[in-house]
Amino acid sequence: MDERRARFEAQVLPHLDTAYRFARWLSNAPSDADDVVQDAVLRAFRAFDSLRGSDVKPWLLAIVRNCHSTALKQRRRRGFVPLPEESDAQDGYAMTATTPDPEHASMCRDEQRTLDRLIAALPEEHRTVLMLREIEEMDYRQIARVTNVPIGTVMSRLARSRAALKARWLQEAGGVPRAVR
Amino acid sequence: MRCAETLRVQAYFDEEVDAVSAADVERHIEHCAECRALLEDLQQVRAVLCRESAFIRIPAPLRAQVMLALDALDAPALGAPALDIVAPDMHTSDRDSAAELAVPGGTTRTVQGSSMRARGSSKNSRSSPNWRLTPLWVGALRGVGGTALAAACAFFLLLPRLTSPLIDEVVSAHVRSLMPTHLIDVVSTDKHTVKPWFAGHTDVSPVVADFEPQGYRLVGGRADYLAHQRAAVVVYQHGAHVINVFSWADNERGLPNDVTRSGYHLAFWTAGDLAYCAVSDTSWDALLGLERLLRE
Repeated sequence: MDERRARFEAQVLPHLDTAYRFARWLSNAPSDADDVVQDAVLRAFRAFDSLRGSDVKPWLLAIVRNCHSTALKQRRRRGFVPLPEESDAQDGYAMTATTPDPEHASMCRDEQRTLDRLIAALPEEHRTVLMLREIEEMDYRQIARVTNVPIGTVMSRLARSRAALKARWLQEAGGVPRAVR
Repeated sequence: MRCAETLRVQAYFDEEVDAVSAADVERHIEHCAECRALLEDLQQVRAVLCRESAFIRIPAPLRAQVMLALDALDAPALGAPALDIVAPDMHTSDRDSAAELAVPGGTTRTVQGSSMRARGSSKNSRSSPNWRLTPLWVGALRGVGGTALAAACAFFLLLPRLTSPLIDEVVSAHVRSLMPTHLIDVVSTDKHTVKPWFAGHTDVSPVVADFEPQGYRLVGGRADYLAHQRAAVVVYQHGAHVINVFSWADNERGLPNDVTRSGYHLAFWTAGDLAYCAVSDTSWDALLGLERLLRE
């Protein structure tokens, strides 16, 4: 393995899980995410020399976003737009086992499904900003780099997506959202 | 009726404001019920979203497929279409053959021969100009040289404080640990298993504790080599993020300040005669939270 490849693996591959999650939030269809991630990693490897010490994670995610929109355009041109698949958290690898209590677990699963559906129902540009902030804990500037919009837009999208999620949760679950573990 | 401060309150919640603005926002929240409610909403939405199932990881078959695709791209296949990576070599070989043609004399000469010749002639030309300067100039140059030397010394003496090799060492060790199957040597959520394990494998015996209620789950320990000794690494899981806490015997050289390098935050501290460094790509707040717990 040459030195460039080793550097790439050390700097970029630790963000592979993040890239995968991001691709999933972008597309809503797990099978599309697979292609997008692979495409993005190869593109990142070719463009690796342009990285030059800048922040790796936003750089990689911006490439993922570009790959996603390229794939989307190609599919639209061919007149093929996939139906959103039922999103199922089980086909990625969750980091830990779920709770042992079956009754509690089934209740959690219902709430999980509701939540997954509500998140999937958000407009793409709102969902990605929200998840980059809450799950990946990226700051406004990094999110602006990934999504290629001004920081002000990041802030307003964040505010709108959070408000929408809270409002819909109240409608659906009829109660105050609580942490699902 | 929306309060005009909502975006600022959100920025405060996301730790995007400086200390002065934060104090401003806190004052505002005291007498604005709407923003108090907003802050509560933001907290609830975050708590709901940060469930464990949200932190899915790339499936192993896909990871393997990506690595294979990288191998295929990386292999400099013969007669393959010109990729960015092989392009520079082609340019140099073009230039070499051009140099070979440009050498006059009719006989075939190697490229090395021509470059040797070039180097030889430049050496001659440098020794030819008369190197005699008036004493005034010599004095002035010595002054400049002295200053430059002093500046260089200061630079190299001060530099280690700013960019300590320790920082690079810790970041590399952290990144290496995130590679598959390298994270943990002893897998345990029990501090009574992890701590004795260190005794046999490292030079130090650091603080080991589980802070699951506070959101930092102990997942195991690892031995690593850092600051020229066998360092102990305690591994915590915080949401999607892995936090490595390195510890080694403090050699009283002084630790670097907390820094961010390649997107990873590094928090340094000492406790007793041990030096600690917590590394992660989680937020500063989360990292410093663990530091506080470990110091207690």
